[in-house]
Amino acid sequence: MRHLMTPLDLSVEELDKLLDLGNDIEKHPEKYAHACAGKKLATLFYEPSTRTRLSFEAAMMNLGGNVLGFSSAASSSAAKGESVSDTIRMISCYADICAMRHPKEGAPMVASRVSSIPVINAGDGGHQHPTQTLTDLLTIRSLKGRLDNLVIGLCGDLKFGRTVHSLIKALARYEGISFVLISPEELRIPEYIREDVLDAQGIPYKEVEHIEDVMPDLDILYMTRVQRERFFNEEDYIRLKDFYVLDKKKMELAKEDMLVLHPLPRVNEISVEVDNDPRAAYFRQVQYGVYVRMALILTLLGIEV
Amino acid sequence: MLNVGTIQEGFVLDHIPAGKSMDIYKYLHLDQLDCCVAIIKNARSNKMGKKDIMKIECPIDFIDMNVLGFIDHTITVNIIKDAEIVEKKALQLPKEVVNVVKCKNPRCITSIEQELEHIFVLTDPRKEVYRCKWCEEKYRGRLRRKL
Repeated sequence: MRHLMTPLDLSVEELDKLLDLGNDIEKHPEKYAHACAGKKLATLFYEPSTRTRLSFEAAMMNLGGNVLGFSSAASSSAAKGESVSDTIRMISCYADICAMRHPKEGAPMVASRVSSIPVINAGDGGHQHPTQTLTDLLTIRSLKGRLDNLVIGLCGDLKFGRTVHSLIKALARYEGISFVLISPEELRIPEYIREDVLDAQGIPYKEVEHIEDVMPDLDILYMTRVQRERFFNEEDYIRLKDFYVLDKKKMELAKEDMLVLHPLPRVNEISVEVDNDPRAAYFRQVQYGVYVRMALILTLLGIEV
Repeated sequence: MLNVGTIQEGFVLDHIPAGKSMDIYKYLHLDQLDCCVAIIKNARSNKMGKKDIMKIECPIDFIDMNVLGFIDHTITVNIIKDAEIVEKKALQLPKEVVNVVKCKNPRCITSIEQELEHIFVLTDPRKEVYRCKWCEEKYRGRLRRKL
């Protein structure tokens, strides 16, 4: 039985196969409409999420399966003090596969140790968010035609932005990738990503504070939100939340085939005037998120169509 | 010079950085063992200037000395049997240490999960970096000299 804790749990070959499956689902959704009939997905969301939870639920429904679960810790037994290990033992009796989001880092891994069903990490604190990464990879590969030889700009909250950490780890495995890390001093990428991934693998990267300087170099611009829930101090959040705003003027500096991605929800960091730009790919990204989660559920359940 | 008698069976830990012996006492959980322990602080040392020495009299399978590799692998561990040194144990960095140090990351699952082991895994042997198995937070202990 397999779980998904980080994007690196899948080899490059397995990842390619998964993304191929995602693209096949995109082209022939009807073929997969009953693939998970009689199967149940449990969505265990200990912190609020609209997008990821609904994306998982839509994915399972598209496969003809059913869903059950909870959408906040307050409405689960965690409010009564139940441990993650106990909860997953119980859920293992109810469902065939589960997606877990938890504010504490490492919680899904703790669950995977005792679970008898596949556990998917749907985001753990500021740590990892592998299915968002799979979404990002499928979006980039589908719209750009490749995952290698790209200059990837990551902008905003690179310190607490788990999507960014997961994406760097995943893309670092491809040839010819370089990163431009755009963030204020306080929100730079954590040391463990810089040292253990970028430095250790000799991946070229530069850290800058101003987005305008690097716009013409980028093939992908990955914007992120400064997340209020990751700050212990409200003052810091208010100071940093509007540090970057991507608007039409900045988009004029970019390549004609650059893509703008965003894990969403967006707050102020992308002006709505950018939405109609053909390079804005963040809503298409949401659709790819459903396809890739469908592919992941099928893969972890070992269902072949 | 202070003299402490020989032990029949147990360990003599030499070349402990001066002042660190009480930390080692704690990390080896010696307070929980019913055995004779002698701690010599600030002994003269040609190599180190000052050092600490510990003598622990107990069956040699009572204590897992591998954990010392995590704390400081330059400490000399002499294993004593029948009042003789039978082995000088070379310490290596253990691949993982369990329940020796706690993860300090307030966002780590270890901060709330009942009886969850605190596990640190060696992720970079060259730089001697240990990270929490669950949240990947780097261990920044004050005991390890090279971190």
